[in-house]
Amino acid sequence: MLSYQFDWSIILSGKYFEWLLSGLKVTLQLSLAGIILSFLLGLIVAVMRMSHFSPIRWAAWAFLEFTRNTPLLVQIFFWYFGSYKFLPTAVNDWLNAQSFEFAAALIALTIYTSAFIAEDIRSGVLSIPKEQMEAARSAGFSYLRSMQYIILPQAVRITVPPLVNQFLNLAKNSSLAMTIGVMELTYQARQVESYTFKGFEAFTAATVVYLAISIIITFLVHQYNERVLKLHKAA
Amino acid sequence: MSILSNFQVIADNFTYFMIGRWPAGPLGGVGLTLYLAVVSCILSFFGGLILGLLSVSRHRWISWPSMLFINTVRGVPLLMVIFWMYFLLPALFGKVPESQTVIMALTLFTSAYMSQIVRAGIEGIGTGQMEAAVSTGLKHWQAMYYIILPQGLRNMIPSFVNQFVSLIKDTSLAFIVGVSELTHVGTQINNRTMAFPTEIFFFIAVVYFILCFAFTSLSRWLEQRLAWRKAI
Repeated sequence: MLSYQFDWSIILSGKYFEWLLSGLKVTLQLSLAGIILSFLLGLIVAVMRMSHFSPIRWAAWAFLEFTRNTPLLVQIFFWYFGSYKFLPTAVNDWLNAQSFEFAAALIALTIYTSAFIAEDIRSGVLSIPKEQMEAARSAGFSYLRSMQYIILPQAVRITVPPLVNQFLNLAKNSSLAMTIGVMELTYQARQVESYTFKGFEAFTAATVVYLAISIIITFLVHQYNERVLKLHKAA
Repeated sequence: MSILSNFQVIADNFTYFMIGRWPAGPLGGVGLTLYLAVVSCILSFFGGLILGLLSVSRHRWISWPSMLFINTVRGVPLLMVIFWMYFLLPALFGKVPESQTVIMALTLFTSAYMSQIVRAGIEGIGTGQMEAAVSTGLKHWQAMYYIILPQGLRNMIPSFVNQFVSLIKDTSLAFIVGVSELTHVGTQINNRTMAFPTEIFFFIAVVYFILCFAFTSLSRWLEQRLAWRKAI
């Protein structure tokens, strides 16, 4: 350690800087695509979880419990190594023609995150007074339409901060995609380390980028809470 | 169904999945997963307690650095923490076994999260109790130790159990540095047999699910019991 020579220049410009930058791009791509898809899936699961038809409710419950109580890494391996046995051949061929590593990581991250988002949405919905649903139903809306027009628009507004936090979790969890060869930020930091033996610099760079992402997101959530939710409550 | 017959690969390797090559060789599989989770959980309970107490300190020169440390660790992926440990520990202490590197990383990472539970638990007791305790002549630390913590810790128990569930899931990352816990054993058997990845990873997911779901249910039960005790 004492004989270690720091050389920050290698990660601040040139080839290795490009590597880290491309890693950041993949991390952001995975996280952005993941948050959109898992929001949609989470919304569906949350509505199913609150359904009055018990088999649908139980199916959603089983999905949530199983997804949240198994490691993300195992889910990534399951989709990456195992999906060819149960996905239709056409789908697999199509995925292979794209980047299969990216697709498998995206599927696993989406499913994993959707379970947490579904619970966030559900607690958002539960915080809306029950009378609103009763009023909507007595005004002639069906259950799904009451959800769509009355309950969810209000619940989603409350759910924005936890949702943005889930985006942060996604950005951090996407680091696991390196295990199946997706060249995201952590993967590239590792690459730079093994090419240059400048692990200290490479990991510092990646750590700083992750911290920057989480500081920005924490700041945005804070602003949203201060401005939007407080105004909403005051009104 | 041919899928069912393929689960033979699980039956053939069942003891290897559960305990690795123990007792003839090192512990592996589910046994090692639980070992890593339990040891890291105990260590990070104390780590979280210390960090949590430091972060609610009245002295800014104590609370600010500890909050900075907590938020830094919470802001990076666990994988990053594992790589840092993997890279720094040998530089500082010479050769460190991989399983100890992972325990160190899990402890550091989980302590930061546990400290937030401790913080919330202490803040949940309210300032009134602290003021009352101090006005009876107790010192600040005595009030914390005899009055606030005993009540706070009881409320924290369900959250601690949830954190243990996260730890069980997080031990799967030990795979990356070659520690032969359950996930690593799964990839080994998958590499050796080649033909049954779906079955193997589904089985592993089920094993993790059984472990984690048991503790998730325990935490929910404890939470209900606490709510009931508060109600009376």
